[in-house]
Amino acid sequence: MYPSRFRYEAPHSLAEAIDLLVAGGEEAKVLAGGQSLVPLMKLRFASPELIVDINNLPGLDYHRADPDGTIRVGALCRHADLERSALLTSKQPTMAAAAPLIADPIVRNRGTLVGSLCHADPQGDWASVVTALGGHVVVQGPGGRRTIPISEFVTGPFQNVLDHDEIAVEAVIPAPKGIPAGGYLKLERRVGDFATAGVAVALETSGDLVTRAGIALTGVGGSTIEAIEAEQALVGRPLTAQTIEQAARLTADAARPKTDHRGSAEFKRHIVRTFVVRILSRVDASAERAA
Amino acid sequence: MTTLYEDRSADVPSDVPVRRIAFTVNGVKKIAEVEPRLLLAHLLRQGFRLTGTHTGCDTTNCGACTVLVDGRAVKSCTMLAVQADGHEVTTVEGLATASELHPLQEGFKEEHGLQCGFCTPGMMMAAKALLDENPDPTEEDIRWALSGNLCRCTGYQNIVKSVLWAAEKLRSQS
Repeated sequence: MYPSRFRYEAPHSLAEAIDLLVAGGEEAKVLAGGQSLVPLMKLRFASPELIVDINNLPGLDYHRADPDGTIRVGALCRHADLERSALLTSKQPTMAAAAPLIADPIVRNRGTLVGSLCHADPQGDWASVVTALGGHVVVQGPGGRRTIPISEFVTGPFQNVLDHDEIAVEAVIPAPKGIPAGGYLKLERRVGDFATAGVAVALETSGDLVTRAGIALTGVGGSTIEAIEAEQALVGRPLTAQTIEQAARLTADAARPKTDHRGSAEFKRHIVRTFVVRILSRVDASAERAA
Repeated sequence: MTTLYEDRSADVPSDVPVRRIAFTVNGVKKIAEVEPRLLLAHLLRQGFRLTGTHTGCDTTNCGACTVLVDGRAVKSCTMLAVQADGHEVTTVEGLATASELHPLQEGFKEEHGLQCGFCTPGMMMAAKALLDENPDPTEEDIRWALSGNLCRCTGYQNIVKSVLWAAEKLRSQS
């Protein structure tokens, strides 16, 4: 399979890349890791006339924490970099849990978190993680930079708010005010398959209490789902068998799974509920160990 | 120099964009003129006749086309050939020397790590990337590292043994 013909540019600066996008109009497309875009082009689901390959842009392959704890992930930071990240292991448990579960190890060597958010696949894992963390995307266009919350960045399946001449340059996870806790669990039939169901939980705790809760679901609806009622049920309360059970039930209620070859709707809802219990119980257990 | 156009049919427009790229394949410097839509797997197989890199599923699933780009395992059916410009590519042909097999190849032979052999080059290249990073992997490490490579003969047990064999041999050599 081959993509249809396109022109190809590999600029060496962000300004140059944006100029190319301005000139390319609606038919130009940014290429980062290419692990979704190249397959789409081979299948002719996408046939851009101009590919602007950003892999040669300097200084975008970082992920780092600001002094206040804000985490920034550059547009060329690969999933594999995040999987091996000591920073995430120590500071951001939800991202650290998700990184090794993205696609497969070889795809992770090239694919990027920011590209995954832009691709806006309703089955995408990172969208759930960044949603649970209340993150946003920094985009740059000819008029300068703007910051867009993830909830507004993704507008539908495979659709985002980027103008044709804008590039997503960074994903940002806001600094936690409490102690970050949580995780990501995904059921997949085999490595590399889309999630049968995935659950991202990002909490902040202070003492015994949950001070912030983010819960988002992968693969159990036509889009990433934020389980807002479950989040609200946790905030201001301690993690107990009762609050965990309530959050799990409300999260399962928020899921909109469909029966398909990956399993029945009932099964997927059960998985969601089980995963919430599992992640929250581990938080509880680790809190008890620390105390 | 390899000049490779993907489609020479009569309806090819005269202004097909072609780019010249310079990169290294198995330690040898190469220059190629390629259409941007050419995939790295096809440049290697058809342009350089390095047919050890197999194209299996063509949909980024199976890993048969795995090569190393700057030491990292990459599915070469999911990377444009133009993106190799300035980089170092290693294919399965880059493992053996003229006189001896690479320990990974020996391992696959000793432990019966292949049946039909179609997935084998990709398995070896993914395993090479693992062993370069982690010379003493556990069985679990190997299964994890090879989880992006499919063997439709389902011969995973012996593939894992082959990599363990190679790891031990490589450690004994160093």
